[in-house]
Amino acid sequence: MRHLMSPLDFTVEELDTLLDLAGDIEKNPDKYAHACDGKKLATCFYEPSTRTRLSFEAAMLNLGGSVLGFASADSSSAAKGESISDTIRVISCYADICAMRHPKEGAALVASQKSKIPVINAGDGGHQHPTQTLTDLLTIRSLKGRLNDLTIGLCGDLKFGRTVHSLINALIRYDNVKFVLISPEELRLPDYIREDVLVANGVEFKEMERLEDAMGELDVLYMTRVQRERFFNEEDYVRLKDFYILTKEKMELARPDMLVLHPLPRVNEISVEVDDDPRAAYFKQAQYGVYVRMALILTLLEAAKEDEHA
Amino acid sequence: MLNISGIHEGFVLDHIQAGMSLQIYHDLKLDKLDCTVAIIKNAKSNKMGKKDIIKVECPVEALDLDILGFIDHNITVNVIKGDTIVEKKILTLPKQVKNVIKCKNPRCVTSIEQELDQIFLLTDEEKEVYRCKYCEEKYVNPNRRRSH
Repeated sequence: MRHLMSPLDFTVEELDTLLDLAGDIEKNPDKYAHACDGKKLATCFYEPSTRTRLSFEAAMLNLGGSVLGFASADSSSAAKGESISDTIRVISCYADICAMRHPKEGAALVASQKSKIPVINAGDGGHQHPTQTLTDLLTIRSLKGRLNDLTIGLCGDLKFGRTVHSLINALIRYDNVKFVLISPEELRLPDYIREDVLVANGVEFKEMERLEDAMGELDVLYMTRVQRERFFNEEDYVRLKDFYILTKEKMELARPDMLVLHPLPRVNEISVEVDDDPRAAYFKQAQYGVYVRMALILTLLEAAKEDEHA
Repeated sequence: MLNISGIHEGFVLDHIQAGMSLQIYHDLKLDKLDCTVAIIKNAKSNKMGKKDIIKVECPVEALDLDILGFIDHNITVNVIKGDTIVEKKILTLPKQVKNVIKCKNPRCVTSIEQELDQIFLLTDEEKEVYRCKYCEEKYVNPNRRRSH
């Protein structure tokens, strides 16, 4: 049974096929409007996540399927002490595919070991969130036309930002991708990514503290939120916080074809005046999230069908 | 010179890092076996300076030595049958260790899921790094030493 636990579960070739399918869905939505007629997606969300859950549900509904599930642990049998293994065994009897979010790291993997239906990891604590990475890849590929030969600026909280770590791991598999890492000292990329991933794979990168200094050379700017509570002292926060707010003035330093991405929710790190800039792609990114989840549901259901016939 | 007689059938675990023999005694669950066990501490060694040795008189199938590769794969395992060494086992780092070490990450699913095995996978053979199968928390063997 094929599941999705990490963005690296797919080879580059498999990823290409998946992104091609997502691209075709975008162009020909009607062709796929009944592709999942009679199929059910279970969204098992042990912690709230409105956007990811609704994106999965929209994806299945767009494919003609239906959805069932729960949106918090309180409203699930976990509140009664049921194990993840038992829950997924039961869900396997009700649905054809499952998207699971859980605060504990590795929870979706535990589910996949006992499941009779494909399980998609919709976020397991601070560990993996593969469909966000697939969304980011589809957005970049669709709007830039490639995933190689890119200079990607990653800005903000690079220490705790799970989406940033996953994106780096996924993008280093493509040729000539360079990174500009823009963060305060306290929130620099952890060693296990800088050394074990970037240095170990000979990937070109540089680290900067000021967003303005990086703007001119970027093909893509990936923004994340810098939270006050991540700083050791208030003084540093006050000194640095404005560096990581993207404004119209800073956008003037950027290339005319640079893309701005953000995993959302945005708080104040991108000024609303940037929203109307044609380079602001973060809301399109949310739309691409639906297409890539549609492609993923189709791909995993197809693989499960093949398993059945094997 | 301390003399301990040879064994008829069983194992001689040689080149144990000095001071590690009691941990290995427990990890191999030798305390649960009803057989003769000799622990020699701080024996002279040309190669190591000092070393520990464990001799176990037991049927050769009685011990699961996989865990020994995880504890220290530089240990020499001599298999004895009919008073002679019939095999010198080469220990390698096991690809997976099950229920030997516990994941220390409080956010790991192993901290809540009932009856879930604690599984660590070998992810870097050179640096002897194991990672939790579920959350990928790193575990580096504290007894690690270079291969001889």
